[in-house]
Amino acid sequence: MNRYARRRFINVLSIGLSIAAMLFGLVWLMWILFTLFKNGFGGLTLSLFTETTPAPGSKGGLSNAIIGSIQMAAVGTAIGTPIGILAGTYLAEFGQRGWLAPATRFINDIQLAAPSIVIGLFIYELYVTRTNHFSGIAGSLALALLVIPVVVRTTENMLKLVPNSMREAAYALGAPQWKMTLFITLRSAQAGVLTGILLAVARIAGETAPLLFTALNNQFYSNMNQPMANLPVVIFQFAMAPYEDWHTLAWAGSLLIGLFVLGLNVVARILVRPSSQH
Amino acid sequence: MASHAARLKQQQRQDWLFRGATRFFAFLVLAILVGIIISLIIGAWPSIKQFGFGFVLGDQWNPVTHVFGGRNSIIGTLLSSFIALLIAVPVSFGIAIFLTELAPVWLRRPFGIAIELLAGVPSIIYGMWGLFVFAPWFADNVQPWLQNHTQGIPLLGPMFDGPPMGIGMLTSGLILSIMIIPYISSVMRDVFEVVPAMLKESAYGLGCTTWEVVWNVVLPFTKNGVVGGVMLGLGRALGETMAITFVIGNSHSTIHSLFDPGTSIAATLANEFTEASDDLHVASLIYLGLLLFVITFIVLVLSKILLLRLQKGEGANS
Repeated sequence: MNRYARRRFINVLSIGLSIAAMLFGLVWLMWILFTLFKNGFGGLTLSLFTETTPAPGSKGGLSNAIIGSIQMAAVGTAIGTPIGILAGTYLAEFGQRGWLAPATRFINDIQLAAPSIVIGLFIYELYVTRTNHFSGIAGSLALALLVIPVVVRTTENMLKLVPNSMREAAYALGAPQWKMTLFITLRSAQAGVLTGILLAVARIAGETAPLLFTALNNQFYSNMNQPMANLPVVIFQFAMAPYEDWHTLAWAGSLLIGLFVLGLNVVARILVRPSSQH
Repeated sequence: MASHAARLKQQQRQDWLFRGATRFFAFLVLAILVGIIISLIIGAWPSIKQFGFGFVLGDQWNPVTHVFGGRNSIIGTLLSSFIALLIAVPVSFGIAIFLTELAPVWLRRPFGIAIELLAGVPSIIYGMWGLFVFAPWFADNVQPWLQNHTQGIPLLGPMFDGPPMGIGMLTSGLILSIMIIPYISSVMRDVFEVVPAMLKESAYGLGCTTWEVVWNVVLPFTKNGVVGGVMLGLGRALGETMAITFVIGNSHSTIHSLFDPGTSIAATLANEFTEASDDLHVASLIYLGLLLFVITFIVLVLSKILLLRLQKGEGANS
């Protein structure tokens, strides 16, 4: 009986600790979200979207940073997505034999978790030192390199869910391979691939480290060939500075990014739900 | 008939092109990695030539006298990640058990998503929250308590010595742990779910408690995967930049207690790269970046190999 009591005690203890661990995780999420809303909500005014980043002490908004972020994220996604989809297609459809597919899959999974600041260094070496100036293009290239592994991964996984009978049916009708892939398999994996792209956008929207050495920052609107303002780097700069009004703007910017990224994450999960119930 | 043959030929050409294109881009993904390593070595070359492998052990980081050594940054990276693992591994294990064994089915999905959202929060938000909210709270409430209760104890006492400023190595490790909990716990949850229900039910049938099933059946079955998940979290922690830069204190001096401000490789890069004026300083920073990449690469490769081994074993067992 003593032994039984001890076993029961250990069991109750471990269940209690496991629930405590769950609560531990949730508390941080709540605390961070609460802080974000409390400090950021007051800064969400119209001028945030219409005025450029101010000098300390004067009024202003984040419009150039918001536009810069959108531009770079859009170009980065536009470069990274086709590369990712085609590479993912190779892994799922044509990579059954040979060394290339396993090697790529392995390396891609590692790049998925590789430090993003190193990607910034790479683009700095590759592009910024050649052109001798920081630019929006360099920032977009760095973001594209972060998009690729996410898209490759989800594209491959989603294509593997497509039943082989669909492929065989297309072949039986005499469809060439490229048509079969583009119009049958990729199409039926559409929702999943789109989820991958959304997750990739969510990932790069909040990335700061790779932009520090590539896009840098700018106080004004700029074209892609100049140093370009973007939300994360502006937040970093403003939060580290000792000015109260800059802090307010930094919190408002954080709230914008936070809402955007978490919103995309939720949408992506809703999208993937029906396809996982096939 | 001739037109039919011509069409077939055209289709074959298109297929060849399409396959070639996908193969090219798959190859490109590989080539990027090789490109990263080569370009970092080229960029770091002046520093490699000057300091050699002694760079890893040098504790000087002085742009004025042109002497650079990465020891303190490297120790900062390893130490903060180690603290993060110390907290994140047991917590993630608890969360994974809760999500796979304890929670009612209708609660699993929302709770799982909530934990995954922790991974979605951009690291710059962790940084701001850490600097403006968490660090002051930590300095007022937790650090004095830790000092009062460890004073005089050998080993533990000196670890929590020094002024309670809120920022420093311990705070960085704590915030890192929150950031990697979702990665570790979601891998653990996924591998726990591949344990065949039959195995668990047999153990329950023999009268095992939930804990005994987890400890004696689920964990041995999935241990490679669990270690793989831990390594994945470690890889994430090593390379994390922004959150750390806000709260680690950015000091190049050698740290003596966990409350001391320090620096990590990523934080040093983020702070100094755009302001570095001379070539040797830039090259030394890139050298640090190269070391960071090599360390995380090794950790992630180990993680991947362990996870792959679990997949193979799973095939053999079923």
